[in-house]
Amino acid sequence: MNRKPRRFFVAGINPSRFERGQLKFLAYLVPLAAVMLLPLVFIVFNAFKPLDELFLYPPRLVTTRPTLQNFTNLTATSANKAIPASRYLFNSLVSSLAVVVLNLLITSAAAYCMSKKRYKLKHMLFELNTIALMFVPVAVSIPRYFIIERLGLIDSFLSSIVPLLAMPVGLFLVKQFIDQIPNSLLEAAQIDGASDYYILARIIWPNIAPALATVAMIAFQSAWNSTEASIYYMHNEAIKTFAFYLTTLTTTGGNAYDMVGALTGAGSAASAVAGMGIAAAGTLIMLVPNLVLFIFLQSRVINTMAHSGMK
Amino acid sequence: MKADLQRRAAPATQRKPSLERVLDRYSVTVLQLPFLILFGLFVLLPVFVAVGLSFTDFNSIQRPSFIGLRNYVDLFTRDTVFMQFSLPNTVLYAIVVGVGGYILSFFLAWSLAQVSKGIRTVLAVIFYSPSLTGAAMMSAVWRVLFSEDKVGYLNAFLLSHDLIETPIAWLTSPKTLMFVMILVSLWSSMGIGFLAMLAGILNVNRELYEAAYIDGVRNRWQEIIYITIPATKPQMLFGAVMAVVGTFQNGSIGVELSGGMNPTPGYAGQLLVTHIEDYGFIRYEMGYAAAVSVVLLLIIYSISRVARKMLAEKEEA
Repeated sequence: MNRKPRRFFVAGINPSRFERGQLKFLAYLVPLAAVMLLPLVFIVFNAFKPLDELFLYPPRLVTTRPTLQNFTNLTATSANKAIPASRYLFNSLVSSLAVVVLNLLITSAAAYCMSKKRYKLKHMLFELNTIALMFVPVAVSIPRYFIIERLGLIDSFLSSIVPLLAMPVGLFLVKQFIDQIPNSLLEAAQIDGASDYYILARIIWPNIAPALATVAMIAFQSAWNSTEASIYYMHNEAIKTFAFYLTTLTTTGGNAYDMVGALTGAGSAASAVAGMGIAAAGTLIMLVPNLVLFIFLQSRVINTMAHSGMK
Repeated sequence: MKADLQRRAAPATQRKPSLERVLDRYSVTVLQLPFLILFGLFVLLPVFVAVGLSFTDFNSIQRPSFIGLRNYVDLFTRDTVFMQFSLPNTVLYAIVVGVGGYILSFFLAWSLAQVSKGIRTVLAVIFYSPSLTGAAMMSAVWRVLFSEDKVGYLNAFLLSHDLIETPIAWLTSPKTLMFVMILVSLWSSMGIGFLAMLAGILNVNRELYEAAYIDGVRNRWQEIIYITIPATKPQMLFGAVMAVVGTFQNGSIGVELSGGMNPTPGYAGQLLVTHIEDYGFIRYEMGYAAAVSVVLLLIIYSISRVARKMLAEKEEA
């Protein structure tokens, strides 16, 4: 006990304030963070770059005269099509909100039962869900297509909501979180004759806010970024998502290039450059809601993740 | 007789409206039903349908006809693209992005746990944010940064510093496409698993470290091996599973980067997921594509089993 270690711990895991010993970690964390941030910074600058700066050679990261031109072009590009960009955005918002709300209800109800109720198959169901954690939807995109078809969801707006509602990760995280709510809290209500619905709404929900916030964030992310339904299950442009619209801007021969060419009267090379700014503006629109949500919820998310352990 | 007594003993519940009584009685079923139905329909059923379809010849118009194991035999003996490109590419990609990304996630989470809260939060948001949109969604950005002519940002930078003499066709050359795919995927690999490991490390009981130092742990390396990893094993396992998912979820990144071209230039960016899309949605050989899906699911499942085994053994040691 007469050696130094004690002071060492204080500066060790989860220190309460800044100390010089932390500099060696920051020496590589900060540069790495800067490199990782670079593509995001690039999007922000490109989204606000005027056309002539997009043309600059050699290209420059920073813009000196920020403009909203790319955002107006984004809406103008789609203005002479039947479907305006705002429509895709609206579809994305509606489907994402529906996915988040329904997901929270469905997941928390099932997680409550798997955590606190006793019945046959309970462990088997949760084990199945744990195996399904590594389920990768893209691997079975073909059978999923046939199931959607059989359900009559082809060309239905529901096809961008319903398949996203079964989220094994969500169930897993919420169940693990409910596990640590003491049973005594529920027993008191049970003795008073409260139903499971009452217990779920009045006792479980208020106590699992961090887990619900986390699931909300993950669910929003999965719906907001989703292109699967728009690409495979829908022919009707009017019900597709903004994420899908963005992919049409960026693939070769995508319409942004031609449209901008038509708008500005410029050649194909020029419109390719303008398409770059428009695509950046669109990507920024995709990125911001996700980022804002995470920044607001990050302490709750970390709190939930502490209970994410698997055995 | 017994039921009769109960009915007489509890007249209060009798008077409740019957729907409410049924709902109360079967509450466990009612509460779980929506999840179980959706889980069954969109998670379990697709796996069974994939297995079923993989034994058939199916062009999505005529009825599927049973052909036994021929799809699998063809896959491993005749499909040169699969054996020469898709499979080895997937193995390389999975090892570098899956394993490499996982180790990087743990290392960054551990490093972040060593700095004070304010800086840690800012850095954690920065590391996590690339995974928010996913690498594929960012293809608009990558295609400009890695553009093949001298106007591309990376080429312009390398040219101006005399690091290269002629612009490199990053995304269209088979030699560099995989490199960019790996770089971009690693960039966005600090997702939920990373946050779980960060939370796990932050929650390790401080007394464990103190006890370990008294017991003779000398340095940070021993501290990680003997304390941090065993204590955060459950979160590390969750992180491993998330790393596997993240790796394969991004499977069409090669196609996205090369501007929607499937097959990718020289098959350089062909992964199992793109192989499935190629046969399923471009050639409409659904039975064959399903066979590739089954192989992919088996690979994912066995990797997760290995991860579970490895992390479980550490606890006993």
